[in-house]
Amino acid sequence: MDLWQFFVANWEEIATLTGQHLWMVVVAITVASVIGIPAGVLVTRKPSLEKGIIGFTNVVQTIPSLALFGFLIPVPLVGGIGASTAIVALTLYALLPIVRSTHAGIKGVDPSISEAGRGMGMTDFQLLWQVEMPLALGVILAGIRVAAISSVGLATIAAAIGAGGLGMFIFRGVASVNTTLILAGSIPAALLALLADFCLGQAERRLAPGKGRTLKGERRSV
Amino acid sequence: MPEPSVQFQGIFYQRAGREILSDLNLQIAPGETLVLVGRSGCGKTTTLKLVNGLLAPTRGKVWVEGKATDSWDPIQLRRRIGYVIQEVGLFPHFTVEQNIALVPSLENWDQDATNGRVREMLGLVGLDPEDFIHRYPSELSGGQRQRVGVARALAADPPILLMDEPFGALDPLTRHEIQREFKTLRDTLEKTLLFVTHDIGEALALGHRIGLMVEGHLTVTLTPEELLTSTDPSVRAFLQPLRMAREVQDNLG
Repeated sequence: MDLWQFFVANWEEIATLTGQHLWMVVVAITVASVIGIPAGVLVTRKPSLEKGIIGFTNVVQTIPSLALFGFLIPVPLVGGIGASTAIVALTLYALLPIVRSTHAGIKGVDPSISEAGRGMGMTDFQLLWQVEMPLALGVILAGIRVAAISSVGLATIAAAIGAGGLGMFIFRGVASVNTTLILAGSIPAALLALLADFCLGQAERRLAPGKGRTLKGERRSV
Repeated sequence: MPEPSVQFQGIFYQRAGREILSDLNLQIAPGETLVLVGRSGCGKTTTLKLVNGLLAPTRGKVWVEGKATDSWDPIQLRRRIGYVIQEVGLFPHFTVEQNIALVPSLENWDQDATNGRVREMLGLVGLDPEDFIHRYPSELSGGQRQRVGVARALAADPPILLMDEPFGALDPLTRHEIQREFKTLRDTLEKTLLFVTHDIGEALALGHRIGLMVEGHLTVTLTPEELLTSTDPSVRAFLQPLRMAREVQDNLG
């Protein structure tokens, strides 16, 4: 079979491009989390910043991805041709789900729980670190998961600005009307997305509070 | 007279242009239980939150142990005041043990002292430590959760206790049982207690004095005996449910 033969013949290049692809996504999601989670927390503490911060991430999200990659090329420091520009673009896109989910996760903590904490004399930092973050973790991880999956898809476009990744096959395939090439790029990309979904889903299940412990209700008695 | 444990002096509290408390004056002596009763929205909860500085008065001063709440460090103030609310507010990701140990651990007690204290507190509220310390709040019944809430509030041995309808969400039988136990507990502990409820029966059972609040005003402060014989119309209105129960009982002979 054509596609299979292509995979066998070109496995080295496919592996390289998959590696580049994964690298871009992992770096972008890590940077977006490092910026986005504190930004989301900040928004819960200073509601006056909500419009500015969430508004910015919303605006970024409305820019067509191909255009954003293009816009970044002439920007000094972050721009230019290559993977670093693509990583900046992916990071910007990943901010929205991460900032939003952090905000929503913390806002979603039962107010009576935070009130009890504050009333017992926890400092704001203790409340955040010991109570709000652990309880919001499931929601935050869900946001990171959404960001990661969409980044895997978006990163295919990064090939347009010379950043490499699985988009290389797709662009080549589109240009030469070669379905095999397009699939050689999209199938590994789809698998990467599924893998990211699975791994982060596992993390969510393992780290989110209460799960698996709440089912022992049969021990209930007055 | 000894220095009051908690004192409200000319308190006004406004929120969004609406006056929630007006000219509240009240003293609570050390070891005394004062119960505030009133309808929902009469300002009881607001009054309570002024004591531990979760809210600050618009005008007037609240004194806690001789020091105005605005000159206390809010964190230090709150760690000297136990706080129990209707929703309990146990941390769902903490075990019973971790919940009760909250303030001791914030205050950096050593591990042995904290462990001992947690067990002592569980015993005090009638829960078997060995059975309960490793459970999560989701594995407790409503009554058990409320007991853990009381144990948590008492853990660091605060001289003052604030309780905001702590038994309000319980079914009547469980509530009655916990009220009775809590009364015994209260008598042995000698804490200054400010207790908020809309249940007049609970107020009569627990209060040394009872303050009746109507739309942001503290109308009267009376002992249970005085309250039952009062001719004040707002008091009579509040006693109506009790009288109904008695009438039914009398009719049955």
